[in-house]
Amino acid sequence: MNRLTWRKTVNALMSGVTALCALVAVAPLLFVLGLLVVKGASSLNWAFFTKLPVPVGETGGGIANAIAGSGELLLLAALFGVPLGVLGGIYLSEFGGWGVPFFVRYAADLLVTVPSIVIGIFAYVVVVLPVGHFSALAGGFALGVMLLPIVVSNTEQFLRTVPVWLREGSLALGAGHWKTIVSVVFPAALQGILTGILLALARVAGETAPLIFTAFNNAYWNRGLNQPISSLPYMIWIYGISAYDDWHRQAWAAALVLLALVLTVNVLSRLVLARKMAARRIA
Amino acid sequence: MAISDTTLTGSQPGTPRGRWRFLGGTRGVDTIAWLVTLVAALSVLFVTVWLVVELWHRSALPRHAFGFRFLLDSVWDPVFGHFGALPFVYGTLVTSAVAMTIAVPLGVGAAIFLAELAPRGFSDALTFLIELLAAVPSVVLGLVGIFVVVPWVRTSFGPLLKKLFGFTPLFQGPIYGVGFLTAGLVLAIMVLPFIVSISREVLLSVPTDLREGALALGATQWESTWKVVVPTAGTGILASIFLGLARALGETMAVTMVIGGTPRIAASLFAPGYSIASVIADQFTEATGDLFRQSLVELGLVLFGITVLLHALARVLVHYTARKARGAA
Repeated sequence: MNRLTWRKTVNALMSGVTALCALVAVAPLLFVLGLLVVKGASSLNWAFFTKLPVPVGETGGGIANAIAGSGELLLLAALFGVPLGVLGGIYLSEFGGWGVPFFVRYAADLLVTVPSIVIGIFAYVVVVLPVGHFSALAGGFALGVMLLPIVVSNTEQFLRTVPVWLREGSLALGAGHWKTIVSVVFPAALQGILTGILLALARVAGETAPLIFTAFNNAYWNRGLNQPISSLPYMIWIYGISAYDDWHRQAWAAALVLLALVLTVNVLSRLVLARKMAARRIA
Repeated sequence: MAISDTTLTGSQPGTPRGRWRFLGGTRGVDTIAWLVTLVAALSVLFVTVWLVVELWHRSALPRHAFGFRFLLDSVWDPVFGHFGALPFVYGTLVTSAVAMTIAVPLGVGAAIFLAELAPRGFSDALTFLIELLAAVPSVVLGLVGIFVVVPWVRTSFGPLLKKLFGFTPLFQGPIYGVGFLTAGLVLAIMVLPFIVSISREVLLSVPTDLREGALALGATQWESTWKVVVPTAGTGILASIFLGLARALGETMAVTMVIGGTPRIAASLFAPGYSIASVIADQFTEATGDLFRQSLVELGLVLFGITVLLHALARVLVHYTARKARGAA
């Protein structure tokens, strides 16, 4: 084999090998999706979404309280993380300079990478310990702490994509700085910011680790912010590691519900964002 | 009157920086807005610092009792109040090592294909799917781990490895299904999308001139990719690996569900073990006594420290790559 053929062979071979890598990288998602549909779809019915869990041994029952609990936890997290995050993002993009923004950005970056179980310990120490018991509030706080840095950097990013001439136009017409932000810059970036918030919520919605020793669990409807509360991921975990076939069946179904929600939000938001980017490129 | 006052102060010569002059030159609303948003931004900083302070403060007991031996002691015995973190540090390192051994070649290979060789539309679609994998909640992957990966390792993959590599200490002993190997496999799936997505970005940002230069000199497509583009993007790819590693080290649920839950150090990858994150998840709620609980908090602090370190390294690398790219352009 002469040198040229050898080089061409290597070229073809490595193209094939890397293509194979890409296919292997895609496979897990398709496999998980298919598996959940096969194992979980048959358990989905009206009762599953509307009934409370039943004691071990009885079949049937649903996950209504876990779905409601997840919703409540996300709402609490959003109440904590979204206003602070959006305002903080506005500061970084519109008022920022050197100094403070650098440290805030660094802290946000760091906080995003902190393992979620560590956030759970933090929420336990600052909310559960003083109160003395697990509560929805503690779980919401934990998820909110995870939400905050994501919302801050998202908001900053989308505000930065608003062209400078929009700001200049508004300022030239005599509007003040805050007036410009509220009525020109923020509306222009609003769609992106909202999409970012949705994505962030979808991400923390699947978190179990920060809830184990904050929100804990509850087999009934939640009776107040000060009480333990069930959630979808926690329920999947407990049912999954249990020894009962009926619980396993429900864990698959619940996992399908959770994954469907998370993936739908992800796909839709990514499409919106991609269209936005494309529109900007044309403009 | 008030308005003209502030306007006057604002336009005074010698006000130090643009931002301040600008604020002084507008109405009070702007100053309030500035203050409010500043406080919101500082809340991020505050929460981060608060987290570190609390973790430090709440782990004082084991730190005083065991000192640095905490990290080197391999006995974890809650009943006798003896706490050593070595088995968990070992478990975290071993599972992450298994994950990276699988995910790095696979991820970088996939990124090379997606950035350099595949047609753009096809590449975008595949990348979209791979990035979606990152959105799958870890508890869902854990469920798949329990019911699919664990039996597969026990009945097919484990025995195969044992037959092929059974002479090394890594693949000896009974195969339970749960253990370091299975946890590493599940982790590999979780870090793969990070490595692919970031590496692809970095590869795409390499200037086209370089590729064209290599091709013009007679290099094949692969030679241009492997000898010119990949080395140029090298530090960026390394950064993506660090970020993936940071995620692997801190990953909790999926690992907890398949690692086996045994505080033990074993050479065999088939053996059950524990990682730092999974022992916290498993034992925190049932931790009786302050020393037990604070030891778990200290484990959290250790985990935090490791991720901060990796994160800082990755950041330095990204910064370095960005500067190099700017220099080349």
